[in-house]
Amino acid sequence: MDRRGFIKSLKNLLGPAIAAMLAASVTQASAADKVVKVGVLHSLSGTMAISETVLKDVALMTFDEINAKGGVMGYKIEPVVVDPASNWPLFAEKARQLLTQDKVAAVFGCWTSVSRKSVLPVFEELNGLLFYPVQYEGEELSKNVFYTGAAPNQQAIPAVEYLMSKEGGGAKRFFLLGTDYVYPRTTNKILRAFLHSKGVDDKDIAEVYTPFSHTDYQTIVGNIKQFAAGGKTAVISTINGDSNVPFYKELGNQGLKATDVPVVAFSVGEEELRGVDTKPLVGHLAAWNYFMSLKNASNDDFKKEWAAYAKAKKLSSADKPLTNDPMEATYIGIHMWKQAVEKAHSFDVDKVIVAMAGQQFKAPSGFVAEMDSKNHHLHKPVFIGEVKSDGQFSVVWKTKGPIRAQPWSPFIPGNDKKKDEPEGKSKV
Amino acid sequence: MMRRLAWLIGAAMLMASAAPVAALDAAVVDRLVFGDGDEKSRAIDALVAEGDPRAERLLQALADENVQTAGQRVLIVNGDAAIDAVTGAAVAPLPADRDDVVVNNRLRRELSAALAAFKLTAPSRDVRLSAARQLADSADAAMLPLIKRALGSEQDVAVRSSLESIAATLELHADDRNVRLAAIRRLGQSSSGNAKTLLLGLLERTPAGTYVETDEEVRSAAQSGLRAVDNRLAWGERVGLLFAGVSLGSILLLAALGLAITYGLMGVINMAHGELIMVGAYATYVVQSFFRSHLPQWFDFYLLLGMPAAFVAAALVGMALERAVIRFLYGRPLETLLATWGISLVLIQAVRSIFGAQNVQVENPAFMSGGIELLANVVLPWNRIVIIFFAAAVLIAMGLLLSRTRLGLFVRGVTQNRAMAACVGVPTRRVDTWAFGLGSGIAGLAGCALSQIGNVGPDLGQSYIVDSFMVVVLGGVGQLAGTVYAAIGLGFANKLLESWSGAVLAKIAVLIFIIVFIQKRPQGLFALKGRAVDA
Amino acid sequence: MARLYGPRGWAAIGLSAAVLFVLFPLANLALPEGNPLHLSAYWVTLAGKIMCYAIVAVAMDLIWGYAGILSLGHGLFFALGGYAMGMHLMREIGREGQYRSDLPDFMVFLDWKTFPWHWWGTEHFWWSALLVVLVPGLLALVFGYFAFRSRIRGVYFSIITQALTFAAMLLFFRNETGFGGNNGFTDFKRILGFTVYTPQTRMALFAITGAMLIGTLLLGRYLVTSRFGRVLEAVRDAEQRIMFCGYNTLYYKLFVWTLSAVICGIAGALYVPQVGIINPSEMSPANSIEIAIWVAVGGRGTLTGAILGAALVNGAKSFFTQAFPEYWLYVLGLLFILVTLFLPHGVMGLLATAGRRKAAS
Repeated sequence: MDRRGFIKSLKNLLGPAIAAMLAASVTQASAADKVVKVGVLHSLSGTMAISETVLKDVALMTFDEINAKGGVMGYKIEPVVVDPASNWPLFAEKARQLLTQDKVAAVFGCWTSVSRKSVLPVFEELNGLLFYPVQYEGEELSKNVFYTGAAPNQQAIPAVEYLMSKEGGGAKRFFLLGTDYVYPRTTNKILRAFLHSKGVDDKDIAEVYTPFSHTDYQTIVGNIKQFAAGGKTAVISTINGDSNVPFYKELGNQGLKATDVPVVAFSVGEEELRGVDTKPLVGHLAAWNYFMSLKNASNDDFKKEWAAYAKAKKLSSADKPLTNDPMEATYIGIHMWKQAVEKAHSFDVDKVIVAMAGQQFKAPSGFVAEMDSKNHHLHKPVFIGEVKSDGQFSVVWKTKGPIRAQPWSPFIPGNDKKKDEPEGKSKV
Repeated sequence: MMRRLAWLIGAAMLMASAAPVAALDAAVVDRLVFGDGDEKSRAIDALVAEGDPRAERLLQALADENVQTAGQRVLIVNGDAAIDAVTGAAVAPLPADRDDVVVNNRLRRELSAALAAFKLTAPSRDVRLSAARQLADSADAAMLPLIKRALGSEQDVAVRSSLESIAATLELHADDRNVRLAAIRRLGQSSSGNAKTLLLGLLERTPAGTYVETDEEVRSAAQSGLRAVDNRLAWGERVGLLFAGVSLGSILLLAALGLAITYGLMGVINMAHGELIMVGAYATYVVQSFFRSHLPQWFDFYLLLGMPAAFVAAALVGMALERAVIRFLYGRPLETLLATWGISLVLIQAVRSIFGAQNVQVENPAFMSGGIELLANVVLPWNRIVIIFFAAAVLIAMGLLLSRTRLGLFVRGVTQNRAMAACVGVPTRRVDTWAFGLGSGIAGLAGCALSQIGNVGPDLGQSYIVDSFMVVVLGGVGQLAGTVYAAIGLGFANKLLESWSGAVLAKIAVLIFIIVFIQKRPQGLFALKGRAVDA
Repeated sequence: MARLYGPRGWAAIGLSAAVLFVLFPLANLALPEGNPLHLSAYWVTLAGKIMCYAIVAVAMDLIWGYAGILSLGHGLFFALGGYAMGMHLMREIGREGQYRSDLPDFMVFLDWKTFPWHWWGTEHFWWSALLVVLVPGLLALVFGYFAFRSRIRGVYFSIITQALTFAAMLLFFRNETGFGGNNGFTDFKRILGFTVYTPQTRMALFAITGAMLIGTLLLGRYLVTSRFGRVLEAVRDAEQRIMFCGYNTLYYKLFVWTLSAVICGIAGALYVPQVGIINPSEMSPANSIEIAIWVAVGGRGTLTGAILGAALVNGAKSFFTQAFPEYWLYVLGLLFILVTLFLPHGVMGLLATAGRRKAAS
């Protein structure tokens, strides 16, 4: 083929090709116009997969629910699911990927405090938006994070107050047992100061930590018995993850009944009881802002929706679908984000942050959850539940209404100087 | 609360022979179910005062969580049948809209005391004994006359002894010093932590600095009583420690035995060993689920099928691994190590895909729940006792198999000198497969045992792999004795150190000890092979 | 120097240097964000992280590919170097932590009032840099001396290196040990006066890592092509024989073992400011076993194979945990199995046989 012919044939090819590309980009643009990407940052493998996989599923369920009703401001939500594999540096890398590569409008994720602390610099640097649905130890307040889980004053402190009350058993001595990381350490520090303020001496407080995945609790249960010989004792357990199962089994087998030494746990919910024989545990307690057994219309809808979703997607939990507090918090967080976007008429992070203030949502807990106007935390009700033999919780006490969160606990010295709202400027 | 309890016990005993009333007082039942905490307590007292066996039935149903309300009616529900709590009449059809009655710890405690009060006059001796034991912790001074009266009519020795202990705890603060001394002496024979608390209370000082107990002789009696109790308590703790060490050792033994066999035989450190344990545990779970859904009346015997299921499942997986991967890496132990690590990753993910990432629930059969009470402060859980015996049984079976059977003979021969054994006609390749299957099967049995005391999840194997290695490395290969001593020894060392320095430091210390020990004696405690451990 | 590589080798190194020191900085710093050729910070940090892993892989290849010592605890030295650098970076946060105190946040919530003894001097960069080299080096020296003296070899050695890293991991997970427990060190602000997360600092760290990688490669090459390298290979292949020839294998093994540990420590120190967090799970036995697979995939005993393997496996990991998260473990597991069964010489071996076949045809 000679040169002229070659160029002509090129033109013949290029023309349509360019036209096709233009057409494609136009249709792409019109399709892209109506889609907003949202990130889901939960471990789907590794030690935390047990807890976090359901949060990914409930997030996807909520996105489907919102999309079915028309999406957010007419945009369909397109979830971007990544697996940081319970590896904290990988959390930071995936967060960065979600924000810079996928350019998501918001991220729903994290469970452990380590994972949250490792992604925090990324969110602050890139001015992203994170919704964190798990109860935690407080002592943090970032402009780029909305905390839909409980702060210590919405979980730990009401639980201890209940234990000290006549109704709760009138405990005089307290055995603080936790897994060795920041959440139990900080919570126990707050609780110790709280107990001091109620007149409990240090000699009536024991503080013990075990490593993650610890399974042999024989000695510790023996120590609890010894400690209990000194007076009416309650155990406050911040044991995390799968160590709870061997602990409760050992308690039951060594004959430590809940009527003698009640154990209140902050990290044990319906999902954690799934793998446990609950008959010896009847009477032990948990404190949350939501229980699956709550009887109200919004909870019934929520449970029905989850059961249907689990069945439709053939999830491994479909034969016995359970809902728990972090799932409820995820659900609330996503809906509040949608409401904030629609109020701000924009996906821009700064505008959404402003619009989040004061958002309200009828939560499955039966109360109206409200995002505080300043401190990025939800006002949540507190429920104390006792384990029943079927693995559900029966609510034995609850607050009259939602409680405002105090992320800077007044029981830690120096916190009185902290402001109740995040520092305004991002680092960029 | 205790005063009330005393009153109600007295009332119960007086009313025990009274004729039952036609129906329970509806108002009392109403307060029991719908009132707040204090109202509920008073309602319980009132019900006990009536002495009606129907009241006892209601209270028992409440404790068993069988009481429900339909509107204002209070029902005792038993499956599909319900009776009205007040009248006792049957209620049919069962109302659909029912609410549970919430029972919290405080209520449960009062209920158990009330029920014990009912039972103190029961005709059956065992019932009276357990009732007396139950009252031991909730004794109060006002109860004393009643306890005395019960003692007066009680013939049975054990029940008398229990009632006398209760009386002793109540008489510690009596006015008559002789009574006090007698009570202290009685308490000094006890071995419960409660006794120690009470005796300590006698030796307390007031804020002013003087003693609460003014009598010198009583004080010194309390001191010696306290020493005796402390002694007994210390022995209890020692027994508890011993048991914990043996229990941990038995678990380590089960986990490491299979590894010892395969390593001794083939020089293969199988990094997928933990996952074979997990396969056994999941096999047990599958059997348990099957029993629960299809054979619920035989549920307590599911382990009889579970054990062989775990053995076979793990053995099959192990033999498949051996044929598919490991035999091609013969003579290259480092590569085998890496390949088996890869297999472990695949197995973990496979189990996660099939069963889900969540832990699965494996319930203990009834005979393995609870424990046996040796001393007042030492309860040995049944499941651990069973596992100790199980480990011993497996060990003996293994020993017999290795020393008495043909396969065992071949295994020993190949372990000692592979080339020579091949020369005399031992089919070494097949022996490899069988031995690997055997080792894997034992790992499966370990998984079955572990499912009874801990979690069953995809990561089960990871927590036991390092421990198994340590036992094998410490014990040396070629003889079972090494594994046994290493396992028991490590179990003890771990528990002993744990009581001093906590769980983590104990584990670290044990690991450092092994590392240092291996420098001194690389072949382990009992080694068949020579000094140099060649790659 | 010239005998280290042939002309093709030097050309490859030159090309890599050009990519690392010229292309990357241009694409990241000079081009604006909208430009399709722009390389975002995500890629820079990812590449930097993989290069740190590549350095570790080369160090591992030195002891495994050339001396026949399989260590399943090398992640420990990497993590120790990372922690040493991390301590300095935590000091540099100054009073800008959550509690506005001189002490890092995790010490405040443990109610400590002063720094523990092992933090002494870490406010000075040079001391921390010294620790980066000394701590892994001394640990390796002591451990290696006793292990090699007792002639512990093969599988037993691998197992006790596992035990060592496992024990260290448990120790560091304890909050009382003073290294931040499970949270580790995070939220770094400054290094040597430069803010950590600006593009310029990132690129500088990236470039230093690249230089370190090339330097390690050249150092390794120098060692293995010298007489020392010959003896090492003899130790790997027939240790008893070379002992009978009169060589004291203890010193040879100990030297390469300690050098390898120091290199890992430095890699760890470069890793931490780029990734922004260090925590005891870096010492987990699983991490150390993964290092072995990088070298096995790339090809043992080739040095460049180690770099290739590290890049391939970690690239695959980043891809799979994003695209097919449920399948990542299958891929990794199968990689282990297939490489040991069918590719004993790794990818480099595959390339070599392909090259030979091409030359023969």
